[in-house]
Amino acid sequence: MAGLFQRAIDRGGAAVALTIDGEPVHAQRGDLLITAILLHRDSLRRFEFGAGSRAGFCLMAACQDCWVRLGDGRRVRACSTPVEPGMAVIIEGARAG
Amino acid sequence: MRCAEALARSGVTPIVVDEAERPGGQVYRQPPAASEPASSAMYGFEAKKAEAIHRAIDAARGRIDYRPRTLVWNVFGQRLDLLTPDGPRQQPFDRLVLATGAMDRVLPFPGWTLPGVFTLGGAQIALKAQGVAIGRRVALVGAGPLLPLVAHQYAKSGIEVVAVLDATVFGAKLARFSGLCASAATLAKGLWYVARNRLRGLDVRYGIGSLRVEGEHRVEALAWRDASGEERRVACDAVGASFGLRAEAQLADLAGCRFAFAADARQWLPERTLQGRSSVAGVYLAGDCARIGGADVAELQGRRTALAVLEDLGRPVDRRELASLDRALARQARFRGALDAAYPFPAHLVDAIADDEIVCRCEGITAAALRRAAREHGASELNRVKALTRIGMGRCQGRVCGEVAAELLARACGSELERVGRLRGQPPVKPIPIVAGAP
Repeated sequence: MAGLFQRAIDRGGAAVALTIDGEPVHAQRGDLLITAILLHRDSLRRFEFGAGSRAGFCLMAACQDCWVRLGDGRRVRACSTPVEPGMAVIIEGARAG
Repeated sequence: MRCAEALARSGVTPIVVDEAERPGGQVYRQPPAASEPASSAMYGFEAKKAEAIHRAIDAARGRIDYRPRTLVWNVFGQRLDLLTPDGPRQQPFDRLVLATGAMDRVLPFPGWTLPGVFTLGGAQIALKAQGVAIGRRVALVGAGPLLPLVAHQYAKSGIEVVAVLDATVFGAKLARFSGLCASAATLAKGLWYVARNRLRGLDVRYGIGSLRVEGEHRVEALAWRDASGEERRVACDAVGASFGLRAEAQLADLAGCRFAFAADARQWLPERTLQGRSSVAGVYLAGDCARIGGADVAELQGRRTALAVLEDLGRPVDRRELASLDRALARQARFRGALDAAYPFPAHLVDAIADDEIVCRCEGITAAALRRAAREHGASELNRVKALTRIGMGRCQGRVCGEVAAELLARACGSELERVGRLRGQPPVKPIPIVAGAP
């Protein structure tokens, strides 16, 4: 699946391993979680009040559109959470493929 | 930050509570600490200013009690309720300076909740704080000076920008040219962005009549009606769209500040004197949270507000600095007035909102629900509509939908925008774990 985001400016930074719905992917140190996910996927979560998925909107911690679930039980706002090694993102139910 | 720095210089140690991980706010936002230093490519023309403010903050570190990753979710009397990395805390204060800033003004259009649609501000943050683009083929839509800037930054970073659409008309900009000259440097930068965009074949199209994002699971195309009424369409995989800025004043509301309706901004704003004082003794408002002025004004105002705080504390202030700040602020106000007139509110996009359009993106509530509340329940006040429909009650607490809900309600009731009121601020202003509410 093609991600929504693309890297435009290389910031450098060591690789960070995480999983998205069990699939291993890599991000860079200094990536926010929303970046780490949307470089690989086209959504962050299913919309709980209707059809479709959501992928964030304001990127400044105002709209609350980008909350995601992690395997350790945490719920985090992806646009204000730096990616950490070993994070297990659960999008679950977001369209696979 | 300028306010904190000025206070620190005068021997007062301010506590700076910042939701972000690193200082800089949104305009001069820094990448997370773990990454390489932000390159000048990420800030463009503003690189020097970004560097200056980051350096000033670093220099003042020892004299500012900086609390990153800390959310203020309530103001209760002389106390802040905080959510810190170490859990819930309370922070008493005797003076409070609120600098809660602004965010994009959002208007719904078909497809605006699809993955791949972001605000213009969001599109810009992706690039400058992360070095990523929101897509591979990007369309940008706006009604303010952010539009040509983001178009420029994207194109300069090598990203394919397939359309730059302005919902306002070009004539409004020409008509305000003399007022815009009040800040010649800013005007010159704006013209330079537009000219550079044109060289890249990125003409801004003005006077967009309506727009629609198409796609099943994610953005596939943007369609719009141009100024002559013709339908246009371009394939793209991301859209950055928003329509000016709105002041973010929920904490001012919780602090008890008096609000007044600003007809030009089409928003209720906390009252603020030229010196930065609110209607509540000991509570000050700096930057965009009480009126949109932009980053340069916010720096001036931050410093001016610090002087007001020092005066109120009975400390000596530099009269010359005070007078020069007041002069600079007056000049900027002239520029801002002209800029606002050059980018008028795109009311036609509100008029075009259909019944089935989602107004509240948190919970997927449509314009029809709002109009029904007005028609069948006689709701003519925004908080009443909130109770009936849940518009403004979701996770964003009305930050995204509040203004457009007011616009729609005023139209549904045939009343003035001012008459439908504003959403009252409610704690917590952002989601917090339940344990944090019971310290």
